[in-house]
Amino acid sequence: MATTVGTRPLTKTGIGGGPKSRGPNGNSSPKRNGHDRAFPDLNSAANRYRIGMWVGLASILMLFTALSSAYIVRAASANDWQPLTMPRILLLSTTLILISSGTLEAARRKLKDASSNAHGRWLLVTVALGIGFLTSQLLAWRHLVRQGIYVASNPHSSFFYLLTAAHGVHLLGGLAALAYLLLRTRAPQGDPLAVAKSQAGADAVTLYWHFMDFLWLYLFVLLFFVR
Amino acid sequence: MGRALAVIIWILTLGSVSLFFVKKWWFPEAISSHAAALDRQFLLTIIVVGIAFTAAQIGLGYVVWKYRDRGQSDRAVYTHGSNRLEVVWTVVTAVIFIGLAVMGQSVWASLHFNKAPAGSFQVEVVAQQFQWNFHYPGKDGVFGRTDPNLIDDSALNYIGLDQTDPNAKDDVVHSVIAVPEGRPVELILRSRDVIHDFWVPQLRFKQDLVPGMMIRVHFTANRPGKYELACAELCGQFHFRMKSFMLVLPADEHQALMALPQDQFQTRVTELLAKYQLPNYQQ
Amino acid sequence: MSGETHEAVHRHEAPTSFIRKYIFSLDHKVIGIQYIVLALVAVLVGMTMSLLMRMNLSWPLTHWPILGTLFPTGAPGGIMNPDFYLSLVTMHGTIMVFFVLTTAPQGGFGNYFLPIQIGAEDMAFPFLNMMSFWVTLVGFIVLLAAIFVEGNTTIANSALGVALGGASGATVGPIGGWTGYAPLSAVGMAAGPGEGAGMNLWIVSIAIFCVGSLLGALNFITTLLNMRTRGMSLMRMPLTCWAWFTTAVLALLSFPVLLAGGILLLLDRTVGTSFFIPGGLVFGSSVLTTHTGGSPILWQHLFWFFGHPEVYIAILPGMGATSHILSTFARKPVFGYRAMVFAIFAIGLLGFFVWGHHMFISGMSPYSAMTFSILTLSIGVPSAVKTFNWLGTLWGAKIRFTTPMLFAIGFVSLFVAGGITGLVLGQTSLDLPVHDTYFVLAHFHLVMGVASIFGMFAAIYFWFPKMFGRFMNDRLGKLHFWITFVGVYCIFVPMHTMGMVGMPRRYAQFTEYRWLDTLHPLVVFVSIAAIVTVLTQLLFYFNLVWSVFRGKKAGTNPWEATTLEWTTASPPPHDNFAGVLPVVYRGPYEFAVPGAANDFVMQTEPDAESPVTEGVGGNGHNGRH
Repeated sequence: MATTVGTRPLTKTGIGGGPKSRGPNGNSSPKRNGHDRAFPDLNSAANRYRIGMWVGLASILMLFTALSSAYIVRAASANDWQPLTMPRILLLSTTLILISSGTLEAARRKLKDASSNAHGRWLLVTVALGIGFLTSQLLAWRHLVRQGIYVASNPHSSFFYLLTAAHGVHLLGGLAALAYLLLRTRAPQGDPLAVAKSQAGADAVTLYWHFMDFLWLYLFVLLFFVR
Repeated sequence: MGRALAVIIWILTLGSVSLFFVKKWWFPEAISSHAAALDRQFLLTIIVVGIAFTAAQIGLGYVVWKYRDRGQSDRAVYTHGSNRLEVVWTVVTAVIFIGLAVMGQSVWASLHFNKAPAGSFQVEVVAQQFQWNFHYPGKDGVFGRTDPNLIDDSALNYIGLDQTDPNAKDDVVHSVIAVPEGRPVELILRSRDVIHDFWVPQLRFKQDLVPGMMIRVHFTANRPGKYELACAELCGQFHFRMKSFMLVLPADEHQALMALPQDQFQTRVTELLAKYQLPNYQQ
Repeated sequence: MSGETHEAVHRHEAPTSFIRKYIFSLDHKVIGIQYIVLALVAVLVGMTMSLLMRMNLSWPLTHWPILGTLFPTGAPGGIMNPDFYLSLVTMHGTIMVFFVLTTAPQGGFGNYFLPIQIGAEDMAFPFLNMMSFWVTLVGFIVLLAAIFVEGNTTIANSALGVALGGASGATVGPIGGWTGYAPLSAVGMAAGPGEGAGMNLWIVSIAIFCVGSLLGALNFITTLLNMRTRGMSLMRMPLTCWAWFTTAVLALLSFPVLLAGGILLLLDRTVGTSFFIPGGLVFGSSVLTTHTGGSPILWQHLFWFFGHPEVYIAILPGMGATSHILSTFARKPVFGYRAMVFAIFAIGLLGFFVWGHHMFISGMSPYSAMTFSILTLSIGVPSAVKTFNWLGTLWGAKIRFTTPMLFAIGFVSLFVAGGITGLVLGQTSLDLPVHDTYFVLAHFHLVMGVASIFGMFAAIYFWFPKMFGRFMNDRLGKLHFWITFVGVYCIFVPMHTMGMVGMPRRYAQFTEYRWLDTLHPLVVFVSIAAIVTVLTQLLFYFNLVWSVFRGKKAGTNPWEATTLEWTTASPPPHDNFAGVLPVVYRGPYEFAVPGAANDFVMQTEPDAESPVTEGVGGNGHNGRH
């Protein structure tokens, strides 16, 4: 509740200070619009998910930046680096996750079209592709294990297991989010706040998934094409 | 209350500054050739620091004293600041601080950018948990081969010296470092296990010994004597007693020592440790 | 007057069950208090450890019967052994840095007051907020467990101890300092006592803490960007909010790096990888054949890339609180608000590029050391700008010497005292003699430890009336200030000269080196000052508990302050503003405005002449986001 202290008009002039418009109460171009808008603002409450996702991605990005700088330093620091030959199945992984980004984008766009349930179908396809990707990654691990290459075998294998595992764990989180979207399936109708939130949630999950897609591409290139 | 606070701030400032000013506790006297420049830079910096510290604290005490609420009816000064002042103090501090940083680089550069001069006396330092090992090349001036697999503490082969290597025949390994007076010394620093740090306060530098790395530093010591050598990087349980000595010897005495084989070397170092005294730390 | 412009869309009802209300609460205010309580418990443990260390340093090899009873392994016969001392060093540092200096300023006060000061009902993601506290608490418990697993022979030899990596059971906790340098921390029990299961738990605890902090940081940033009330433009935010925001950004970008380092270290210890362990290490005549080629320096880079921003994570909230409180009790606007904001940002930004100054002696490239040195001294510039502006705020003021004001002024004094020796340590060459000595110890304890804590003392005395509807006892508070202020100067200033003489840090005893003998009187003096200062803190604890129940009642705005937290009840209702969010019309520090009825003008006070401003940052409905 606003207080009622001070009833007289207040001077805006400071003495001995900088220019008036530079004071902390600057930015005072008077506008009266928007006063009838009830709080919380619809976009605002929904935007939270998008902002939160970008912020979260920044920290995930830092995690992988740290791991990849460790990778680069470690590769250069000793002569015990024995590059793995790429398990061919990783090409399948890459293909799957690339396609999944497309199908999720399709799902997100269909969400706006409330009349169709194509949204749910595309989501289902994306989940399937995501599971396919993880399976393919596990197969790549099994391929290496069969050759007797384990986490501690050499620095490159350590990083391979570590980076794919870290990415896989994050992707698993993405799958959980997709499952959540899937269970919700249809956008709520009527209540505009709920609609906006639903869309924002879908946007955030999509953003995350695309990020995981790019992250994998980056890791793939780092692991097997930057020696 | 304001006056009491101001007085306390001033007393604490005076106390803090005088602790440095009386110099009762100060660096031990330096013995290395780069130390004079370093000590000068330190003195300059500590004077700048002292002035800035004193000025800020006196200023703080002053405003606290002067502008206490005395129950007067008029209000505080209404101001949001002054851009001119902001610019002035930003620029002034930037010039002073960055100036200091630049000036501080010359000693650093002399220690780290230049290679050790030709003809430097070389010692290989191999640290291990709670013990220093100094590997002297002997008369031939060439270090014998070492291999971690040959390390055997029970046989006193702490650095894994390969006795089959002809270069190793005249090599000496000892826990005390003996360096010549007035001649550049190059240390080749290695560690057997964890990170240690080579530190003789009188030399005015420290350097980590990092396992897996071979780090070279050089210095010239120019006052004969016996100095305590410490480890300055946490290395485990008995870090606090990973102690040894550095002997700075006149050139002829040093040369004679270096010509001795391992067993005589040991006896001679014991004599020298008894001959030289630690610096007098009581000031 | 704001009723016409606002309608309560939904008023959140407070949960009624005890568990949802006080334990697993989603309310940012309860979570804030939970964080503060965690910090209060942790700081008590950390302080006790520092007392034990001081006792051992000033009176080495003394027989303390109680110690022998409490820690039969660490102090057999009542005499502290070096491993016990070193594990105290490690645990004291870890507890203080992570669970005190990171939790109280940000998770505690930030959580409680950031939403209220920007006029929000809660954090953006209350559930994440709750998780962040509980994850942090788990981290703390795991850290404490490290003591018992490593220190108790029965547990060490039990199935649990073995599963956690085995332990000697002969020491009291992990040994590695709060920096945990590899390979000491990486090779396991070969490196000696304190490197077994306890070290594993130490790393796990840090990793858990990282996750908790990241959840918190994400929440802070989103809340601040998204949930500011109408009229609360960025440049109208209290400086506390800027500080918490910048701190959150630092945490968001630096904790993942520590997390990465922790994962790598744990893999080195448990799976046998060689990220930080080079080949050919020899422990007790046996070569460690399982590792090759790792880089110990890599750990230092990862650690300090986090570690330096962490210093600012600890102190920025204190700076924010100090600016806020100085202005309030000076009855004067903050001098150079914009410069203060830029300075906070500059400190935060530069903080990411100076980590190498912790590594001048590490064997890092001497050329990059030069760059780090120059960047490091440049970070002194925004710090000095802040100091000048604090003095400017007090200039021409009308100071009310309340307890929070005393602590805020104390903050300024201690920040200068501690920060200014950074000019010595940041220079490549001058770092050489004083690196890893008590000079460094004095520097960072004063600036990052004591100054930050003074900021938090100021904050608790200032906001306590808001949080509990009662004042803290003023007499006790002032006594607490005087003794603590003088005490910390007596503890930490002499440490500078100790460092110059050459007293190395992390030494269990100073008995071995003759050059340290002359320092003995100083060592004893510092220990006595420390004992007095630590005991004084019991006054504070007593005051805190007593005042919750018996303190003098406080009204809505007991300090005659201007920001939004003082427009709502003390303590605030569950949704902070009882369903009607405030509208902001002006900057946060409008004190002594000529012509105004009072010497303070609330942010919610409409300006009769100029109509309401649509805030620039507003609710985020103007396309900014």
